[in-house]
Amino acid sequence: MSAAARTARPVSIASFAQMQNVRKDDEHNEVEMLMPVIAEVFGNIGITKDDVDFICSGSTDYLIGGPFSFVMALDAVGVWPPRSESHVEMDGAWALYEAWVLLQEGEIDAALVYSFGRSSLGDLNEILSLQLDPYYLAPMWPDTVSLAALQARALIDAGKATEADFAAIAARSRKDALSNPKAQVANDIPAETLLEDEYVVSPLRRHALPPITDGAAAIVLAAGDKARQWSDKPVWITGFDHRIETHSLGARDLTSSPSTTKAAEVAGLADGPVDVAEIHAPYAHQEIIIREALGLDDTVPINPSGGPLAANPLMSAGLIRIGEAAASIKSGKAKRAVAHATSGPCLQQNLVCVLEGE
Amino acid sequence: MSDEATDAPGPVTMLATPIGLDFDFTPGIAQSKFLRGLEQGKFLGQRCPVCGKVYVPSRGSCPTDGVPTTEDVELANVGTVTTYCVVNVPFAGQSIEIPYICAQILLDGANLSFMGLLQEIPTDQIRMGMRVEAVWVEPDQLTPSLASIKYFRPVDEPDADYETYKEYL
Repeated sequence: MSAAARTARPVSIASFAQMQNVRKDDEHNEVEMLMPVIAEVFGNIGITKDDVDFICSGSTDYLIGGPFSFVMALDAVGVWPPRSESHVEMDGAWALYEAWVLLQEGEIDAALVYSFGRSSLGDLNEILSLQLDPYYLAPMWPDTVSLAALQARALIDAGKATEADFAAIAARSRKDALSNPKAQVANDIPAETLLEDEYVVSPLRRHALPPITDGAAAIVLAAGDKARQWSDKPVWITGFDHRIETHSLGARDLTSSPSTTKAAEVAGLADGPVDVAEIHAPYAHQEIIIREALGLDDTVPINPSGGPLAANPLMSAGLIRIGEAAASIKSGKAKRAVAHATSGPCLQQNLVCVLEGE
Repeated sequence: MSDEATDAPGPVTMLATPIGLDFDFTPGIAQSKFLRGLEQGKFLGQRCPVCGKVYVPSRGSCPTDGVPTTEDVELANVGTVTTYCVVNVPFAGQSIEIPYICAQILLDGANLSFMGLLQEIPTDQIRMGMRVEAVWVEPDQLTPSLASIKYFRPVDEPDADYETYKEYL
């Protein structure tokens, strides 16, 4: 049955663009942040806004502290004559999923997906605690770093990882980021040195935390003739699914990610080997959980872009994983790749996208 | 229903969980120009290089064409009431004595109307097409904020022809 749930109509990642990831962009408003990204994602393949039939965005007003920020962000695209448009209060990876579903229906052939997030405008720890159960958890304002630390502690106690593993992942990610000009944090510091850091929240040291990032990203999806017109060698989405677990942290085994495993199964990840994985694991220890949930062996390179430990623009970091995985195929470095996105506390919701070149 | 049941505590019907968050606001390049204009007692907008429309305030793009608005345009201090309402309803936080007039005003040279308070006219004499001007606070009170505009008031000019503002209702 899983094959039936996989993509029926081939859809390609025709173009990808992302903003320079920065700690705080206090010069531009959201429209000004997005405009160059939208211009680049269209310009890459020589098209305009009039060549896409649908627009879907991912963002959240909680980061900006203003209502309907996604409506105002449409000014960056230009929506006249009136356009078919939608929005998800989620990472852009889920906006991409919505557009992909619409493309499956065959009524349209191209879609623009974009996302933006400014993590710098408020206290991120406070803001993110508002995504929790509003009756029993949110009133206590548990901060997102402490929740991640609970998960990391559980992982250590289960014998699945050590603090040295977290440091090794952080060191590798930021070293890889040296070759990613869009990365925010890139350096070459050995894991042994990182282990001398103080704890932020035990057992997490600073290096195991994602940076706070302002950013934006966009992807153009194409199907049918447009996929061929806009690329000589299209990168195809061959499997796509997302799953969610209960909001109750106490009811979950935080050391595993069954929602990721299920999504990977439906997306047909195990149908063949993958050459690269772009994993949206904001905290270093979460990469260990997702790698296991995806069933990836140690030979699969993870996050050659540096991943979310090098730049974690909220609402865009998942979409960027899909864009980076597609870029690996386009550049010839990979034939088949998997991209993962997450949402919610401690990897509550997970999305898996399998990509293949020709 | 037994007496025991009525003595039991009832269901909790309300739970107060106060939430407050503080945010920085980043107006961006275009809106900063508009706000700096207010600080100088003038209206600054921007023109779209494709369709030529002038937006005030501009957020840095043409919402029709999706291109950056890079040409700055200073607008007149006078404009036309395109539509209005008379507020008779008191509400929490109201700072103006009711009744008062809330009007959409199209500044001369602009292609986007914006909302302003209209005073110095009885509420039963306001009409679409009325010509109005901005009254600013004292020069030493000007700030990069809409609070720099005290209100709009009528000017002694014939009403604008409906054809000149019908696109902006």
